[in-house]
Order: sequence, then C-alpha cells, then structure tokens
Amino acid sequence: MRAMPGPITPGPSEKDDTMTAIIRIENLSKQYGSGTKALSGVSLDIHEGEIIALLGPNGAGKTTLISIICGLVVPTGGTVRVGGHDIATQWRAARKLIGLVPQEIALEPFETVINAVRFTRGLYGEGPDDAYIERVLRSLALWDKRDAMTRELSGGMKRRVLIAKALSHRPKVLFLDEPTAGVDVALRREMWEVVDQLRRDGVTIILTTHYLEEAEEMADRIGVINHGELLLVRPTADLMGEFGKKTLTIELMEPLAAIPDALSDRALRLSDDGRSLAYEYDTRADRTGIAHLLGDLARKGIMVRDVSTRQSSLEEVFMTLVAEPRQEVTA
Amino acid sequence: MSGVNWPGVGAIFQHEMSRFFRTVMQSLLSPVLSTVLYFVVFGAAIGGRIQSVEGVEYGAFIVPGLMMLTILQQSVSNASFGIYFPKFSGTIYEYLVSPVGWIEVTLGFVGAAATKAVLIALVILLTSFFFVGVHILHPVWMLAFLVLTATGFSLLGFIIGLWAKSFEQLQIVPMMVITPLVFLGGAFYSADMLPPFWEGVAKLNPVLYLVSGFRWAFFGIADVPVGVSLVAVGLMIAACCLAIRWIFATGWRLRE
Repeated sequence: MRAMPGPITPGPSEKDDTMTAIIRIENLSKQYGSGTKALSGVSLDIHEGEIIALLGPNGAGKTTLISIICGLVVPTGGTVRVGGHDIATQWRAARKLIGLVPQEIALEPFETVINAVRFTRGLYGEGPDDAYIERVLRSLALWDKRDAMTRELSGGMKRRVLIAKALSHRPKVLFLDEPTAGVDVALRREMWEVVDQLRRDGVTIILTTHYLEEAEEMADRIGVINHGELLLVRPTADLMGEFGKKTLTIELMEPLAAIPDALSDRALRLSDDGRSLAYEYDTRADRTGIAHLLGDLARKGIMVRDVSTRQSSLEEVFMTLVAEPRQEVTA
Repeated sequence: MSGVNWPGVGAIFQHEMSRFFRTVMQSLLSPVLSTVLYFVVFGAAIGGRIQSVEGVEYGAFIVPGLMMLTILQQSVSNASFGIYFPKFSGTIYEYLVSPVGWIEVTLGFVGAAATKAVLIALVILLTSFFFVGVHILHPVWMLAFLVLTATGFSLLGFIIGLWAKSFEQLQIVPMMVITPLVFLGGAFYSADMLPPFWEGVAKLNPVLYLVSGFRWAFFGIADVPVGVSLVAVGLMIAACCLAIRWIFATGWRLRE
C-alpha cells in the first residue's frame, strides 16, 4: 500500500480546524417513495486533496450519497455544501466544482473522443480550451484516439474517456462510481495509476468500490456504509491497524505430532505437516500474547526456525465491521 | 436572462446540429422526395381537376400546407429523438449533473430541433419553385410563423421525448396524433370547403390555426383571423414551457 500522503484528518476529535472541507455533508437522508430508506442522517467532511473510498455492500447507500451530491437524486433531508455552495440553492456554483465518472459506460457512440470532451466542457459553461483538453487526453493516453468514434474504443479506453469528460472543466472534486467494476486486472492497475496521477494534481477524489483491495490501495480514508448509515470513516492505515487481525506464523525446526498440552489453552493451529504453528491475535489488544507464547515454546524445548506475520485483508476488516454493532462515526 | 449558462446552451445546440449535419443528405433528401411526390399527386393529378382555391392555383395553395406538414413532423421527431437518445444511451446523466437547468437544456434541444425543421421547410419551399409559381405576400410573417410553429412543435416533441420510455412510444404520438391533425387541419384544402358541421370540428384542431396563419402570410387569405393564429401558437409555446419546467422540477421520467 502506498504511503499516506499530505493532509489527512482522521476524525472530528483530532480534526485540524484549519483543514478545508471541500464537501460538507450534514445529516443527509433519503427516503424513496416506496418507503425505502436509502440514507439516514449521514454527516461527513471531505477535505481538499484527499482520496476517500466509500465501501459498502450492494444497496448500502453509497451510490445514493454520490448521486445526491452530484444532483442526480434529491435528498429528503439534510444539506450538502460543495466548496461552500449549497447544492440545492447554489447548485450551479456547486456543480461547477464537481466531475462525475458514472459506473455505467455511457457515451454517444457516433461522437469523436475530442468532441465528447469538448461538449462536456461546454455544458459546464467553459469556453473552448483545446490546449487543456489535449493535456487531459494525453495524460489519459487518449490523444492518439482523439478523432476515433467512441464506439470504436475498448472498454478501458471508454472508461478513460468518461474520466476525460469529467475532468474537462477542471473540477476540484471528482467522483468515481465503481471505477473498475467489470474490468480486468491489468486495466484495474491502469485505472489506479490514473487516479494516482489525479491525486498528484491535487484533485479531491471520492470513489465507491466493491473491490476492497482498491480502497486499500488508493484511498487516504475509508468510509464504511451499510443500510444507509455511515458506520465509520477512518484513515486507511488506522482502519487496518485498528480493526485488522494479524496472524503470526511460527516455523519450527522439528515437526510436531500435536500441540503440547501446556499450550492447548492458546488459540494455536498446527499445520498438517506439523512444521508450523499459526497464532491469530488482535492488534488492538493491550497484550498480544506473542512474548509469552515464544517464551512458553522455548521452555518446552520447541525450537523456532522463523516467524512471520500477515495482516488481515480489508475484506476481512470490512466483514468484521458490517457484522459488528455500529461503531462511533468519526468524519 | 441573466444567470443562464449560455455556453451550455451553445454546447447542446452545436451537439444536436452536428448530428443533423452528419446525416445531412438523409435529413434533406427524404423530405424533398416526399414534397416532390406530393406535388406530383396533389398538384398535378388532383390539382388538374381543381382549378383554384380562393383565387390561388391549387398547386401553389398546398405549398404552405406541405411546409407546415414538414415543420410539424420534423420539429416533433427531431426534438423527441434529441432528448430521448441520451435517455436511451445513458448520457442523460451529463445534463443532470452539469450546471445547466431546464432553460438551458430546452433552449439547446428545442433550438436545434426548430432550426433543423426550418431549414428543411425552406428547402421544400425552394423545391416548390420548380413546380409552381409561388408569390409570398408577407415574407417576414411567413418566416415568423415558420419559426414560431417550429418552436411550438419542437417543445411538444421535447415533452414526448421526455415522456417516452421506448422507441415505440417515441413514434406513436407523431404517427397517431400529429399526422392526422395536419391532414385534418386544412393543409390541402380550405376549411370553407368542408360542410358546416365538419368546419366546426376542424376549428377545434389547433393545427388549423397554424396552417391558416401561415397561408395568410403567403396569399393574404385565412380560415381564421391571423391574430387568433398567433395567440394559438403563443399559448402552445407557453403551455409546453410550463410543462417542461414542471418535468425538470419534479424529475419526472428524468431522475426516476
């Protein structure tokens, strides 16, 4: 995972007041006509220049949240400010700051790449700037395809055209809704590189994803949504440290036939070949029990060849979170 | 109209017009061919038996009606397809998330649809010069009626495109409503030629007022007073604008 970049605010208790919230969501809720509650009292500050990933199962409310901020869905309660502009009363100013890359690839098939990008720029009230559009297309490796019709492009290129369109008016905030849904591994890597470049350019990015590895790889902070509620928001590294379980693998000099009785009270697992012991511990615990375990092994004359640890994946962290009672939200 | 995102209007207008120019031959050839057929059938075959209508040679008499038929069909189909296609392809999201409101979207789509319809109608007028001698008495009013009617029916087409959920729905209104209204609206005859009862029925048809006003601009003769024709177009434009404003405010068929 990449190093944590620049200014990141872990939560309100530790929030730096000088930090600028480019998006301020307060008590946002959405109930559809059918009575379905898609969002319940969501509050969140998103800071300039950060990448935040919204994680949640299908129907959790993450796309509804993005759709409200971008203007596709009207909320039933709460407020959203983008760059200080209320999205309901100052929607023109708010929307000018936003670029959206939708989940579904939606492009006019008979239009050329460059005209598609020019069109979006015009919609945002910006005059022609072919030098900037060239820069965007070059940065997304689309310049050679500028005169190709969008229907002639591969899936990955089409997705990059959507990003180019979303960037055409120099937005301060970019929403990526499931940017790598349904794309192969190589393409996913390619997309991550694009996002990394955008981060270096100072664009604030909010992405939703099903790929937890993606959030872990790209995001500075991760927000977990389930049943329309924001369960928590934490810096990615903190989340992994806080909720992550680690597994200590102890490789033995001599194989064991069984775990000695004196160690049976510890949650140890012996490998089938008897050559290694696995010990799972919670990184949040005051005492992990590792020192005692190693001491006990030495006292029993069990010689250790090597030790290694493995952090649980974000997927495991996520499953733990949505299964556990609601944590205190820190945004 | 301060606060209107004019570059946004321009972008939509240009985008829609580029679709027209991409297929300019088909766009123009089809209506011109239809017009030629109308002149052959109505002008030559039938017109040979009808010497004149209210002092105007029958071939010339049907020119405003033919132009009106084209204007109505083209306005409705261009505007309805223009807004329906982004709904169909999914690109409608762009209009909903960008800083353009109902005014910009309507001006862009309806402006382009009306422009295309007017261009085609003018080509038909040029074509008609090859068949009959047409003298336009009030050219400015002719153009004004042309633009106003194209605007009114482009607005109607825009509403149909917003309403439609399928290509079938997109085609059914023009086919089942617009074409019959035009044929029964005096495009090829004067309402005076109908029996009194049907003349009364015809006056319930809004298209009659448009054709009548338009024909007045050509020949100085009308089935209904010109002022009434203008009011009818004005009312139609106002009603359509209110409906579109409501659709965008509520998100009906847009944000569902």
